[in-house]
Amino acid sequence: MAETGRLTKAAVAAPVISPVTLLRLAIILTVLAIWEFLSHSGWLYRDVVPSLLAIGRALYQLLSAPDYYFNLGVTAAEIGAALAIGGLSGLAVGILLGANRFLSRAFESYIYYLGPTPKIIFFPIMIMWFGVGPESKVALGTLSCFFPVALSVAAGMRQIDKVLIRVGNSFRANSWQMVTKIYLPAMRHPIVNGARLGLGVALIGTLLAETKLSNKGIGFLIINAYSTFDMPRMYANLIVLFVLAIGANALVGRLGGLHSIKRL
Amino acid sequence: MTAAAPARRAPPGNFAAAAVGLGALAAFLLAVEILIQTGVVSRFIVPPPSEIIGSFSRVIVEEHVFSRFLLTLTECLTAGMMLTVFGVAGGVLMHRFKLLQQACETWVAAMASAPIVLMYPLFLVIFGRNAWTIIMMGFFAALPPVILKTIEGIAGTRKVLVNVGRSFNLNATQQFWKILFPAALPTIFVGLRLGLIFALINIVGVEFLINFGGLGQLINELAERYDLAGTYAAICFVILVSIVFFVALEKTERWLRPVD
Repeated sequence: MAETGRLTKAAVAAPVISPVTLLRLAIILTVLAIWEFLSHSGWLYRDVVPSLLAIGRALYQLLSAPDYYFNLGVTAAEIGAALAIGGLSGLAVGILLGANRFLSRAFESYIYYLGPTPKIIFFPIMIMWFGVGPESKVALGTLSCFFPVALSVAAGMRQIDKVLIRVGNSFRANSWQMVTKIYLPAMRHPIVNGARLGLGVALIGTLLAETKLSNKGIGFLIINAYSTFDMPRMYANLIVLFVLAIGANALVGRLGGLHSIKRL
Repeated sequence: MTAAAPARRAPPGNFAAAAVGLGALAAFLLAVEILIQTGVVSRFIVPPPSEIIGSFSRVIVEEHVFSRFLLTLTECLTAGMMLTVFGVAGGVLMHRFKLLQQACETWVAAMASAPIVLMYPLFLVIFGRNAWTIIMMGFFAALPPVILKTIEGIAGTRKVLVNVGRSFNLNATQQFWKILFPAALPTIFVGLRLGLIFALINIVGVEFLINFGGLGQLINELAERYDLAGTYAAICFVILVSIVFFVALEKTERWLRPVD
């Protein structure tokens, strides 16, 4: 009984809403209040800061339009294809470079220094090679995705416990078995990290390409809203896109067990 | 960025590997040249590498590459200064007020994974089609790593250093300037290096997309003129500039933290 009493007391003492949650709510409410004030103040150009009601209405219209899901599907397919092609080629090159010290010394510096260059500048080349359709967007996404995956996997390969490799060799595993039974399971963490980075840059590459030259996809919807100066629709598009991008990033990390790995 | 660190620590005398790397690049360019000259690959899609090399001087002289480079560099440095002031100050503020850090750190981390550069149409509306759109885009896209690394750097100050400060009866301001900030400086610079790289990527990207400014605009203009060799040469030039910028930042970082 005494135990129950103590527990009940502790439960009563605990605040219903933590101070962190309260502060978060306060920040959100303050930002929204300032936004609404600015939208009605007339200090900024008309419609640059639309009212929250207008954005909410645009968000509802956007999410209830079947057309939006078609464009979302197009972009998702482009990003998926870019992630698959860029990710798999990055994985293969990363394993090759990580497994062979000579190849790593010969070629890895090229990948390392090309990695942080702005990939969107390759878009004119991609248009010439693959046309103005979705193929050029996939190509740009693939190019963006390849580098972080390859570098992450190559670094991961070098961090594999040598004991595991010796175990594989003592079982006389062939190259394919070594990759599937030893390398890939042992490199789960760097592969998931590479996939997260790859997803982020593939998404940016694909969507930027869509804003530059396209007639479908989320990037097209954003630039179309800008061209017609439909600001509430642009804000609605950006909000949904940010929620999806952050959600997809978190999902990849969670599916890959990144949190459980970190705790070890 | 740290992924290829072992490769960078390769023995300097390993000329064979470097020669193979350079040889493979030369062989690839030669193969492309032959394929184009024999008509297997259309020269209207891929210009011959010899033509691209030949157009370098033309692009540099006629397209005022140096002034464009200076413009992009100025934009990048302005964004870098803003990052240093607001990013580091934001990180310090969040470390100072723990409640603020607990409330906002996950938001900043989420922003780091968000495609901020896609907000460029919004920035175009707010700032107009001028350099400030490009600078602000670079600044906002690069802000999260600077804030996060500043928090990490200050939080990672060794306990013994903090205790030394306490034993000297330093007040909060002295403790910050004499102990915490110097100890966090190497990590803060890692954040600034990442931030500057993100800023450069986004600045060149937005210049290309909005057809305004320095090097990014050059590529867009040449592509719209269908000057294929010039476009390829300009892309090679931007890649070279990015690599030089990246290497310079790396060297500065190593100079700042000689002992790792």
